[in-house]
Amino acid sequence: MRMPIFSLLALVVAAALFAAFLAIGNEYLFFAGYVVVQYVVIATAWNILGGYCGYVNFGTGAFFAVGAYATVALHKLQNYSENNFPPAVAEVIAVIFPLPIPVLILIGGLLSGIIGLLMGYLTLRLRGVFFAIATLALAVVLQTLVVNWDYVGGSRGATILRPPTTSLFGMDYIHYLFALMLLLAAISIIIARGIERSTFGYGLASIRDDELAAEAAGVPTLRLKLACTAISGALMGMAGAPFPYYVGYVEPASTFSLIYAVNAIAMPMVGGTAGWLGPLLGSLTLGSLQQIASVTISSEASLLLIGVILVAFVVLAPRGMLGWFDRLRPKRKGMVATGGGH
Amino acid sequence: MSVEFLINALAAGLLIGCFYAAVTIGISISFGFLDIANISHPAFVIAGSYAAYLLNQGVGIDPLLSGLLLTIPFFLLGCLFYDIYFHAFEQHGREGLSGLAFFFGLMFIIEVVLIMIFGVDFRYVEAGYLNSTWRLGFLDLPLRLLIPSLVAVLLFVALQLFLSTTFQGRAIIAVSQDPSALSLLSIRPRRIKRLAFGLSVASAGLAGALLIMIQPVEPSIGREYIGRVFAICVLGGMGSLPGTLIAALLLGVIESLTSSYYGPAWAPAVSFTFLLATLTLRPRGLLGR
Repeated sequence: MRMPIFSLLALVVAAALFAAFLAIGNEYLFFAGYVVVQYVVIATAWNILGGYCGYVNFGTGAFFAVGAYATVALHKLQNYSENNFPPAVAEVIAVIFPLPIPVLILIGGLLSGIIGLLMGYLTLRLRGVFFAIATLALAVVLQTLVVNWDYVGGSRGATILRPPTTSLFGMDYIHYLFALMLLLAAISIIIARGIERSTFGYGLASIRDDELAAEAAGVPTLRLKLACTAISGALMGMAGAPFPYYVGYVEPASTFSLIYAVNAIAMPMVGGTAGWLGPLLGSLTLGSLQQIASVTISSEASLLLIGVILVAFVVLAPRGMLGWFDRLRPKRKGMVATGGGH
Repeated sequence: MSVEFLINALAAGLLIGCFYAAVTIGISISFGFLDIANISHPAFVIAGSYAAYLLNQGVGIDPLLSGLLLTIPFFLLGCLFYDIYFHAFEQHGREGLSGLAFFFGLMFIIEVVLIMIFGVDFRYVEAGYLNSTWRLGFLDLPLRLLIPSLVAVLLFVALQLFLSTTFQGRAIIAVSQDPSALSLLSIRPRRIKRLAFGLSVASAGLAGALLIMIQPVEPSIGREYIGRVFAICVLGGMGSLPGTLIAALLLGVIESLTSSYYGPAWAPAVSFTFLLATLTLRPRGLLGR
């Protein structure tokens, strides 16, 4: 399928999904759906680096939290400026603020992307495992910084009051957030598929398969890895930016939660890391499963479930759910091959 | 700040550094010698803490003794996990992405199970000697820190002796350098690796018992140790035990000074800065080969 057609199709599917949710009209569906769609973005973002390039990012929670805390910081700026900034500046801020959420999403994405770039610049020249460990440690350190940062509430957290409706068509706020997240999910899938089929994507695949050979063949490995980390981190930050408006209360322990990192890895691994379809499949199944399990059993049980599913898939089905279908395909090819040679 | 304060902070840092060495030695073996990035190691340490807690509160066993007893089941557990790791990943050359995801999942499962059983309250062990403190002039040496540190040093020396003098130990060092040469001596690399990984997890069990003697434990504090142990392991130089000890002492002292002068809330950031600085400036580590 050509790229413009695919993009259009992705947007149409997202719009249709939104219309269907509106038609059903169940408010809980929007709340639960937001989380699932948010995971579509996160899983797709993780897979751009992990699946395409082979570098494992354990710091999803950190990138997500950078987006979320950028929103909190900007949200607080309005009150803060009234008391602490010169009146002229405060007036300007009062006119611009509160920033619309799409702008916040872009800012959160930009910050996370920069952090990804910096992390990558420091560690991507080494073996992949060092990058993985560094991202794990990054989460701990950013959390320490936020806990010690009183302006955004420190360890007590910050409350964000969400207006009931948006100025845009007087839409219900949760519906608005859900629509934005759907759009973001469609965009990240389009980006992922675009990368997959570009020279950039082939470069990344060559790094994943044999970095030394890629380097020898003239692939600018470091530059590609840096771009990849920045894109992946930016998308995670974008997924985090609307989060404070969704939950209404943000505190470090839950925002930096390990659950984001686990899901970000488990969803592509369960779906299949080879292309854009795997993370989508994985995040829809695991995301819905978690929503159901945390309502019907308990939230701890749903966490345990994800951990067990991750380990089981990694050990028993390393190619994910899409790997099950791969098994069917070579058979057909095999039959042709016996006739015509391979 | 007075000189006494500084010296006390230094002493506490050295003691805690010895303990960090005990937590890291397992990583030095698995990551340094076997090239297995076992990021669930700190989770095994916390599991060891809770096992020591159960033995202490339930049966009244001394935490030090239970730490020694724990090495046996933890060793067997380590052997089991190596076998799984070998069959699922190493055999197929899939260590990178899948192997890391495997240990990450394992770490997460251990943490969630501990939370489900024990909740998120802090747990601690009791023993008569843990509450007393030796005073040498103005220097305070609390036994709850001093004894685990001494045991940690003993563990360290014992493992170093084992690795450098015994046949099996030298085979572990050799397997990291040339597994096929090992096969020529009719030693199976896989068995040696299983033994080494078992030892690494066994050391986590003992380190866990030491940890809960030093401080109260809750399930998620293992995560703070991930940055720490890998920072120490990398800074010390992969596969260099003396380097690990030096790096552990260094990190212990710097963390202790940071929390004494700037407050304990900043301590977790130290190890990360350490790790990043090492990876950027000297990825081979202090005593790297």
